Amino acid sequence: MDDPRSTLSGIPLSPVYGAGPLPGEYPYTRGVHSDMYRSRLWTMRMFAGFGTATDTNGRFRELLRSGSTGLSTAFDMPTLMGRDSDHPWSLGEVGRAGVAVDTVEDMADLFADIDLGGVSTSMTINGPAAILLAMYVVVAEQGGVERGQLAGTLQNDILKEYQAQKEYIFPPRPSVRLVTDVIRFTAAEMPRWNPVSVSGYHIREAGSTAVQELAFTLANGFAYVEAAVAAGLDVDAFAPRLSFFFNSHVDFFEEIGKFRAARRIWARWLRDRYGAVDERSLKLRFHTQTAGVSLTAQQPETNIARVAIQALAGVLGGTQSLHTDSHDEALALPSEAAARTALRTQQVIAHETGVTGVADPLGGSAYVEWMTDEVERRAEEVFAHLDEIGAGSILEGVHEGIESGWFMGEIAESAYRFEREVNAGERIVVGVNAFTEGNGSPGTELLRVGQETEDDQLARLAAVRAARDSTAVTASLRRVAADATDPEANMMPSLIAAVGARATVGEIVEALEGVFGTYVETVVV
Amino acid sequence: MVDSGLPIRVVLAKLGLDGHDRGLKVVARMLRDAGMEVVYLGLRQTTDNIVAAVEQEDADVVGISMHNAGHLTLGPLIVRALGEAGLAVPVVIGGIVPDTDLAELEAAGVAAVLGPGASVEEVVTTVRSAAGRDGST
Repeated sequence: MDDPRSTLSGIPLSPVYGAGPLPGEYPYTRGVHSDMYRSRLWTMRMFAGFGTATDTNGRFRELLRSGSTGLSTAFDMPTLMGRDSDHPWSLGEVGRAGVAVDTVEDMADLFADIDLGGVSTSMTINGPAAILLAMYVVVAEQGGVERGQLAGTLQNDILKEYQAQKEYIFPPRPSVRLVTDVIRFTAAEMPRWNPVSVSGYHIREAGSTAVQELAFTLANGFAYVEAAVAAGLDVDAFAPRLSFFFNSHVDFFEEIGKFRAARRIWARWLRDRYGAVDERSLKLRFHTQTAGVSLTAQQPETNIARVAIQALAGVLGGTQSLHTDSHDEALALPSEAAARTALRTQQVIAHETGVTGVADPLGGSAYVEWMTDEVERRAEEVFAHLDEIGAGSILEGVHEGIESGWFMGEIAESAYRFEREVNAGERIVVGVNAFTEGNGSPGTELLRVGQETEDDQLARLAAVRAARDSTAVTASLRRVAADATDPEANMMPSLIAAVGARATVGEIVEALEGVFGTYVETVVV
Repeated sequence: MVDSGLPIRVVLAKLGLDGHDRGLKVVARMLRDAGMEVVYLGLRQTTDNIVAAVEQEDADVVGISMHNAGHLTLGPLIVRALGEAGLAVPVVIGGIVPDTDLAELEAAGVAAVLGPGASVEEVVTTVRSAAGRDGST
């Protein structure tokens, strides 16, 4: 059924049911748009990246041919950590869990033959996010697309790295300065770009509960608002472009309550605490990814069912874009066939099930409304704690929670509790601690990224190093370091110049580390 | 190996740049709850760091967590580094490792591999057995 205005039997549907506040009305609990998916479906944005830039470019073009409507880039560990492929720490990890990008030449190959003026691109990168954004701008402008036309999202959410994902480079305070530099830059020059995707996904994958995911993520969002306001920006100049990224886990109604509560909390805090008046500042828009951590290596086909249910929760929760995990992800990076099945799952939800016909179809359910209120209430307790330890500043509360290991301890505790419950059989995981008949049957064809990728990438990097003007590189790195020492300077212009001179990600990161230092976490087990 | 009666000592580390430490932290607690002594090195360890810790801590087993698809490179690397340092300490790898890679890791001298969904019992038994302390010796 592709006509969302009547059911399979021909019963006509209104765009929304129930009393106000309706979808599109403050506090947006029921959604940020009045008719939600009737006028525009969510963006089917599949996260992809492996091997060299050329390998991933092929997967991108295949996804666009299959009906994906946006791109999302997974970088390899060395790129995420700001290290070049030929750095000793990169050994064995080049192109393995994402695409390797060392220089702007790799970025050009990554997006070759893709119209950057016509597609929206998400880049999942944090520590070196500003450098990768600089590369994207340079590649687009080389191809004749002005930066102001570019649409997309930079994850650029460094706070959750210290709390959960651990892909940090510099200490928290200079890292937050880089985040606010990007916010200032895009607010002035890239009006269609989301400078930060405040992400709960990784907090959840690291083991948090739904409430912790929601509360820590929104607290991080408040922290960026406070940091950008402190940097001199008006809240309405940047808040409309802050976006969010949540996990959709397997506890169906808790997830839906979480998404609805997220919108309501954000709207109220932005209006009442931060004084936003532009309606767009109050509307929390988010991307959803199904829960990788919920996928099992045992009987992996079962994961297709988990992903479908989690994706449906995201849609019923009002997501703006969605990545569905591939069923082979507990075994390896997604194969092309598994990624296609995952995309088809979204298309079934969008075009066959009819759930797009009515905005917030669960609104008004006593259970769903109670769950929304309850998740909100528990999240507010966390904000109160952070506000207290930050002496009235959520930003300072978050810094304090990172420094003391509070976030890490909370997340580790939840992760361990879950494992104990599974082990004790109090929580069923199909194929793992119950219904295990059929485990160990021959698996599906997995994606392999071999040593030859690393060799290829090293050769590409060596060629760029040999061909560039090394005097210009050195000068550009000196300018990066000089701007880093000046807290009033915005880093973006010097980063754009440095990547344009073919400085590598690793060289730029080292120049910044010379000023900012390198973060080493205090272990909390 | 003779059972000394002392607790089994395990060094746990993430080798390389991969930051996924949820599993390793859970394993650390599982092993502690089972009465073992755990030395948790944490993230971004090099083979040199790990070898030094094994030597200093007189470890019985080394547990390496990998979610970066780099196990075929890094697994043999740590086994070799321990061997070159004259340390006959078994290496257990945990994380995302396809079944098809198990034979190659075993051939490289990796003692055991624990995949996603491994139960507490499997984790503890595997480490005990790697340490030669499963009661069969």
